[in-house]
Amino acid sequence: MTTLPPPSAKKLGLVIDLDTCVGCHACVVSCKGWNTENYGAPLSDQNAYSAAGQGTFLNRVHSYEVQPDQGAAQLIHFPKSCLHCEDAPCVTVCPTGASYKRQEDGIVLVNEQDCIGCGLCAWACPYGARELDAAECVMKKCTLCVDRIYNENLPEEDRQPACVRTCPAGARHFGDLGDPDSDVSQLVAERGGFDLMPEQGTKPVNKYLPPRPKDVEPEIDILAPYLEPVAQDAKGLMGWLDKALTAMPGGSK
Amino acid sequence: MHPAPSVIIFNTFSGIGFGLLFFLGLGFPAPTGWVAFVFFAIAYIMAVGGLIASTFHLGHPERAIKAFSQWRTSWLSREGICAVAALIIMAIYGAGLVFFGTKLTILGWVGAVLSLGVVYTTSMIYAQMKTVPRWKHWSTPALFIDLSVAGGALLSGNIVIALIMLVIAGGMTAYYWATGDKRFAESGSNLANATGLGGIGSVRAFEPPHTGSNYLLKEFAFEVGRKHVQKLRIISMVFGFAIPFVLLLMVQASASHILALFAVISHIVGVLALRWLFFAQAEHVVGLYYGKR
Ligand code: SF4
Ligand code: SF4
Ligand code: SF4
Repeated sequence: MTTLPPPSAKKLGLVIDLDTCVGCHACVVSCKGWNTENYGAPLSDQNAYSAAGQGTFLNRVHSYEVQPDQGAAQLIHFPKSCLHCEDAPCVTVCPTGASYKRQEDGIVLVNEQDCIGCGLCAWACPYGARELDAAECVMKKCTLCVDRIYNENLPEEDRQPACVRTCPAGARHFGDLGDPDSDVSQLVAERGGFDLMPEQGTKPVNKYLPPRPKDVEPEIDILAPYLEPVAQDAKGLMGWLDKALTAMPGGSK
Repeated sequence: MHPAPSVIIFNTFSGIGFGLLFFLGLGFPAPTGWVAFVFFAIAYIMAVGGLIASTFHLGHPERAIKAFSQWRTSWLSREGICAVAALIIMAIYGAGLVFFGTKLTILGWVGAVLSLGVVYTTSMIYAQMKTVPRWKHWSTPALFIDLSVAGGALLSGNIVIALIMLVIAGGMTAYYWATGDKRFAESGSNLANATGLGGIGSVRAFEPPHTGSNYLLKEFAFEVGRKHVQKLRIISMVFGFAIPFVLLLMVQASASHILALFAVISHIVGVLALRWLFFAQAEHVVGLYYGKR
């Protein structure tokens, strides 16, 4: 049913720390590895070994350059997958009922047996979190590893999404964002976690933690002032060389 | 947005076909016998042909029946139901005219309303997309209905209405282009709030997440066609509205069927270009993440 359920008390989701993500793409690989052989249709690749190779991924890592008014530019790696929105526009547009949001924990899923591959849900998602698989022709999206997090056949520490389990930097956190006392909610409160494109009104469950402000390194070397370069204008042989080179064709004036 | 040929054909021909059914349902004209058969055949070929074309872009057309189930929230589902209802009612009404020479007036009116309902529900599939600011506006359904009624009037031989509707639809198209060009900027979505990094400084897409293309880029970041926008806009205006208008004035004077046929063909050519632009120019906010439009 594509009518959205009333907001669930439990809202499972991810918190992604843009300060610590190093852009290694390990989460992308582990996501594809787990999800291509578990829930639903595999995640196909087309011409994987050619220059024009492409495929279906549920998680992708962008990199952005941010130039502050003053100081050096920062490079920020930006993983992006389904945000399991509370007001999920991808669910309500679906004509078949294949897309749905779970009442019990808020996870947004696709029932692939019902999907006609019309693509409308991908049109409705502002974040590019849904991709139509080119081989299976059904819509694929992050399941929050629904087949891991409740899976009693896995050891306790593996009952979290593959990306979170794999992240070497500890940049990804999984938990219940509906519970204000959960670790993830505390983290969001402490670090000022934010929503992507809030103006779209989707109320994403996943949150992003901003990069921490960069320190300005203080001048600590007491000898530095005495070691400043002395000569600004070259004299003698260097001065002659400088003049001669400047006078040559193509020399800087 | 990627201008899929199947969807452009669907929008163009189904729009005109249901527009023709609208006028037939209202009883302008209400022919009987063979003439009625030809009118209804043309309308059904266009409306149904367009609907069939639209299933070509589905990944699993064999499951299409499931698409009727979610009318509570989904405009695509509502469109499907509306289309089936309109086609059934108009088939009964048409059979009355063709085979029995009787006009089931009320049924025709219901069919006429449902036929325009199909056009409206189709337009709402686009107009509901907050992710595509150019479409998310009242003028999207207005444009679709104007085009459908203009095409229907042209095909049904209602010359005076067609003349008026060509002017209205042409004006609406111009308005749609002029305001549509500003809507992305007005929507407030930009790379700064897409990434949430705007507070630090100016954000630039530095490295994409993948070296090749992907579904998102092919479907949403269609930049190729946009360089010919001005030429295509002139083509749609001239062929879609100006030439048919002049030809219809001549038809009114001479009652020439050939000229009327040319008016129809010219209109279809113009509307095809217009529908192509409708998709090719529509920019999806996801393009922001890729530094594309
Ligand atoms: S991120 Fe996109 S796919 Fe996921 S719930 Fe939100 S709108 Fe739907
Ligand atoms: S592609 Fe599948 S899941 Fe998405 S809207 Fe269409 S039927 Fe629903
Ligand atoms: S695995 Fe962790 S550090 Fe590496 S790209 Fe993913 S989120 Fe960033």
